Amino acid sequence: MSNGTSKTSKISRRSALLGMGAGAGALAAAGVLPGTMGFAQAQSSAPIKIGFQKHATGIGAAYGRWYGATTDAAVKRINDAGGINGRPVEVVVEDDGTDPGRGAEVLEKFANQHNCDVAFGTLFSHVVIGSAPRAGELKLPYFVVSEGHHVASGMLNRYTLQPGITDVKSQVISMAPFVANNLGKKVTMIYPDFAFGHDHRDFFSEAIAAQGGEVVAKIAIPPTETSFTRYFPSIPRETEVIYHVMVGPAVLTFVKELGEFFGPNRPELFGFIDSLEAVDIKSSGLEFLEGTYFWEGMPRYAQADQADYEKDYRAAVGVDENGASIADSKDVATYAHMFGCWETLNIIKAGMESADYQGPQDRAKLIEAVEAMTDMPAGADHPQGAKRFNGKTHQTFGSQYISKVTDGKLVVEHTASIEDGLYEDEVDYTAQSF
Amino acid sequence: MTDNSKSNLMHIGVLVVLFALFFILPVYHAGNMSRIMVLAVYAMGFNLLFGYTGLLSLGHAMFFAAGMYGFGLTTNLGGLPVPLAFGFGVICAGVLALVVGFLALRTIGVAFMIVTLMFAQTAYLVVLYFGTYTRGDEGFVIQQAQRSIAGIDLTSETGRYFTALLIFGICFLLIARLVQTPFGKTLVAIRENEERTRMLGYDSHRHKLKILVISGLFSGVAGATYALLFGYVGATFATVQYSIFPLVWVLLGGAGTTIGPLIGVFFMFYLINISSGFTDAYMLVVGVVLVLLTLFAPHGLAGLLRKKVLTWLP
Amino acid sequence: MDFGPHLMLASLEGAVISAILVLTAMGLSIVFGVMRVVNVAHGEFYMLGAVLTWFITSIVGGHPAIGFVAAIVVAPLLVGCLAAGADRLILKRVNYDPDRTIVATIGMLYIIQQTTLMSLGPDARPVEAPFNTRLSLPWFEWGENGFAMIWPWGLSTTSYKLFVIAAAAMVLVALWLVLTRTKVGLLMRATQQDSETAQAFGVPVGKVYSWVFGLGAGLAALGAVLVVPIQQAHYLMGHDPLLLAFIVVIIGGLGSLPGTVIAAILIGMSDGIISVFFSPTLAKIIATFLVAMVLVFRPQGLLGKIAR
Repeated sequence: MSNGTSKTSKISRRSALLGMGAGAGALAAAGVLPGTMGFAQAQSSAPIKIGFQKHATGIGAAYGRWYGATTDAAVKRINDAGGINGRPVEVVVEDDGTDPGRGAEVLEKFANQHNCDVAFGTLFSHVVIGSAPRAGELKLPYFVVSEGHHVASGMLNRYTLQPGITDVKSQVISMAPFVANNLGKKVTMIYPDFAFGHDHRDFFSEAIAAQGGEVVAKIAIPPTETSFTRYFPSIPRETEVIYHVMVGPAVLTFVKELGEFFGPNRPELFGFIDSLEAVDIKSSGLEFLEGTYFWEGMPRYAQADQADYEKDYRAAVGVDENGASIADSKDVATYAHMFGCWETLNIIKAGMESADYQGPQDRAKLIEAVEAMTDMPAGADHPQGAKRFNGKTHQTFGSQYISKVTDGKLVVEHTASIEDGLYEDEVDYTAQSF
Repeated sequence: MTDNSKSNLMHIGVLVVLFALFFILPVYHAGNMSRIMVLAVYAMGFNLLFGYTGLLSLGHAMFFAAGMYGFGLTTNLGGLPVPLAFGFGVICAGVLALVVGFLALRTIGVAFMIVTLMFAQTAYLVVLYFGTYTRGDEGFVIQQAQRSIAGIDLTSETGRYFTALLIFGICFLLIARLVQTPFGKTLVAIRENEERTRMLGYDSHRHKLKILVISGLFSGVAGATYALLFGYVGATFATVQYSIFPLVWVLLGGAGTTIGPLIGVFFMFYLINISSGFTDAYMLVVGVVLVLLTLFAPHGLAGLLRKKVLTWLP
Repeated sequence: MDFGPHLMLASLEGAVISAILVLTAMGLSIVFGVMRVVNVAHGEFYMLGAVLTWFITSIVGGHPAIGFVAAIVVAPLLVGCLAAGADRLILKRVNYDPDRTIVATIGMLYIIQQTTLMSLGPDARPVEAPFNTRLSLPWFEWGENGFAMIWPWGLSTTSYKLFVIAAAAMVLVALWLVLTRTKVGLLMRATQQDSETAQAFGVPVGKVYSWVFGLGAGLAALGAVLVVPIQQAHYLMGHDPLLLAFIVVIIGGLGSLPGTVIAAILIGMSDGIISVFFSPTLAKIIATFLVAMVLVFRPQGLLGKIAR
C-alpha cells in the first residue's frame, strides 16, 4: 500500500546533492526558529522537538491561547523531571490560522525544516483533517487534541492519534442515559448546521432512542448566524429538554435570546460547555442558565472533592478554582479542552520512554508503543480522570462530567463512566502498514 | 532578438529554473514550491479574467472548489481512477463557469463583482447543504493509496513536485500562447475600452464568456491538482477569502503579465511564512506590505519590471 | 408556534436586522456613491465600533446606560477620525484608483483585524445593554366572542431591540437632514454628482472625500454600537456585515441613498421571514441566489441609474 522504498533512496541521493551545492538554499532554510531554547546541540542531549500546531489566530484563537499555556506548563513539568530519556523537550510553535491549508503547510515545516520528532496540539476538526494526510505522507506522528470523531472513524491514517482527549461520539452517547432518566424523554436539538453539529445530531438521536426517548425537533442553525430568536418558534410545545451545542462568538447571543424567548417558563436545558468555553457564566444575560445542565470535559469550578493532583495541575497552568486565569479573574479558560494538551504530552513522554525513542528513525516504534497503551489511571499525568486508550482506533475514552449551574457555579451532579461512552470499533489502524 | 523570441525564451527559462530548483532546494522549500506552483495555476486563471480582460470576479473560489470537489467526490465515492476523476473535476469547473457566465456577464463593474461573490457564496452554502456527501466544512481525505497514476505515487516529494511542475508548465505555456493570439489581444482591447472594441466589430460578449470559461477551467485544474497532491477537500476552499487570495496574488505579482501570478503567489507565501516565524501577528505584516506595495508599486512586481526594464514582458 | 405569531416574531427580528444593516450600508453607500471606491475594510470599522464600545463601557463603571451613552458618542467619532486619517494617508496617495484602493483596503483590513486581535484578544466580549426588559407581545385570534387578545408562548421582544429600531430611524432622519439641509451635505451631494465640476466650482473635493470616508466609517461604527449589546464584540465580526452591506448597496442602486434604505429593509426582513418557510441553510441559499438574480436582471439595482 505504501511506497517506502522510493522515499528512502530519494533521500540519500538528495542529501548528496545537498552536500554539493546547497549553500544558499540551506542558509535560507535555517531561518529563525521560534521557541528555541538554549540547549546544547551535543548528540546525546539534543532536545526532543515537539511541533505544536497552534490556533494562534483565526476562529480558534481563544482556544489556542490556553492550549499554549497548558503546553508550556506541561513541558516545564516534564523538563523539571529530567526530560524524556534524559533529553530536554523543546516545543516549536507555529500558527496554523485555524485554516486547513495552512495546517498542512505547518506540518511540512515541522517535519522538513524544524526537524521535529512529532507534531501535536490541533483542536479544530477541519484543520486536523486537512493536515492528517500530510502527516501520513511525511511519516510524522501527529497527536491531535481535537475531540473530533474523525480519528476513530477511520478517515485518517496510522500516524494520527488522539490519546489525550475523548471524542464527541463518546461524549454524546454517555450523556443520553442521564438526559433520558433525569431531564426528559422528548428532546429538541439545536445545533450548528455543520459537521460538528451534525455529529451531535446523529450520535445523540441514536443514543436517546436507545434509552426510550425521542428527538421531537432538530433545529439546524446556519453557520455564522448572529441572531437566533426566529428559530425558536420551531421548538415544539411538548419539548421536555432542549439539547443545545452552539459554538462560536455568537453563543452568548444565543443563550440570551433563548432566555428572552422563554421568559420564566422554560423546559429543561442541556448544553455542552463548548458553548461557554472562555466565557464567564456570570456574564449578564446568562442568568437564564441557572438550574440548567452542561456536559463538562473537565469541571471548570474546583469541586468539593478535588484531588490534590488536580490542585497542582490548576496551579501549573495558571487557573484558579473558578476556572479563570490566576492573573485576571475575568479571563476564563477553555478548561474543558486544554487538559488534552497536558495529558497528550505525558503520553508522548511515556510512549517515547517505552519505545526507547532515539530519533526520527524510531517514529514507527513510538506509534506502536502508544498503540500498546490501554488503561491510564487518574493522577498527575491525567488530571481529568482515568483513560482507556484503544490502540486500534487510536482514540481514548474517559469519564464525562454532567454539571448543574447552581448559584452561578457549575457543580458536578453525575459522572459518566468510561463504559458509558464506549462504542464499536470502526477501524483498525494497527492493520495498516507504516 | 525579437520580442516574441525573448518572451518564448523567458517562459522556457522559467520552467527550466523550476525544474532545476527541485535538485537545489532543501526538501522543505521544494515542498513549498509544489504548493506555490499549484496555487499559481489558480492565480493565472484568475489573471486571465482580471489582468487581461479587466473583469474583477470576487467568486473564483467556486471554480477552484468545483475542480476540487469534482475530483475528490468522484475518486472517493465513485472510485474513478485519477485521470478520469481529474478530468471530471475540470469539466465541472468549466460547466459552472459557463452557467455563471451566462448570468453574470449581463452585468459589469461592481455589479459583476457582487454577482460573482453571491454565486460563490451560494456554491459554498450548497457544499455545506449536501454535507452528507461533502462532509461540509470539515471536509474529507483522499487516501494516499488512491493518489497515484500508473503506479507512480504522486504523494512522494518527487511525484508531487513534478506533477505540480508538469501541470503548471502546461498551463503556463498555454496561457503564454493564448495572450499572444489575436483572441488574447482582443481581450486586452476589451479591458482598455470595451465600447471601442465593439465598435470595431468584435463581439465582446462572446469573448468575455469564452475567457470566463477558460479562466474557470484553469481554476478548476488548480483545485483538482490541489486535492490530488495534498489529499484534502474541504469547504474552506470555497470561502470568500479564497476568492480574495488570487486577487491579491495577481495584483502583487503584476496583473496582465504571464509571470506575475507566479511571482505574486511566491511572494505572499514566503512573506507569510517568514513573518510567522517571528510574530503571531504576521497578517499585520502582510497588511502593511500590501499597503506599501500598492502605494509604491501599483503595477505589481512584474508590472514594475515591465515598466522599467523588460518592456517586452507579455 | 402558530404561523401568525411566528411570522410576527420573524418580522420583528428582521426589523432589528434591517435597522443595523441600514446604518452599516448607508455608510458604505455614501462612500461608494461619492468616492466611487470599494472599501473592503468597511466591516472592520464596524468591528472597531463594537470593540470600542466594550472598551469604553468597561472603563466607565456604574450603570450600563452611562457607559453606553459615552460609547455611542465617542466610538463613532473615533472610528470616523481613524478612517479619515487612513483616507489622507493612503487612499489619497493611490488617487482612488479602483484596483489599488481594493488592495490598500484589504491591507487595512488585515492591519485593523490583527491589531484588534493583539490588543482585545480572541475572545468574544459581551456588553450589557443600557436597559433590557422582556416584553410579551399579544396576538389576535378570532374566537367565539369575536376578536380576542392572546399571549402566545414565546412571542416576545425586548425593549432594547425596539430602541434599536427607533434609534436607527432617528439617525437616518438626521442623516437625511444633514445631507439635504446643510452646506456640508450640499458639498457632498455636489461631489457625488460630478466631482470635476464640483472642483471647478471651488468645492474642496479632497477634504470632502476625507469627510465622507470618515462619515461612512462612523455610521458603520454606530450600527455596531447599537448591535453589540445584542451580540458580542469579536475581532472577526466585521466579515458578514461587510458582505451584507455590499449587497444592500448594490441592490439598492449605486448612488441612491433611498435605494439603500429600501434594499436594507427588504434584505433584512426577508432574511428573517424566509427562514419561517424553509430550513435555515436552504433559506440562506435561496436568499443569496435571489440577490444575484436581482442584479443579473437589473444591474443598476432598484433605484440606481444605468451606468453611463
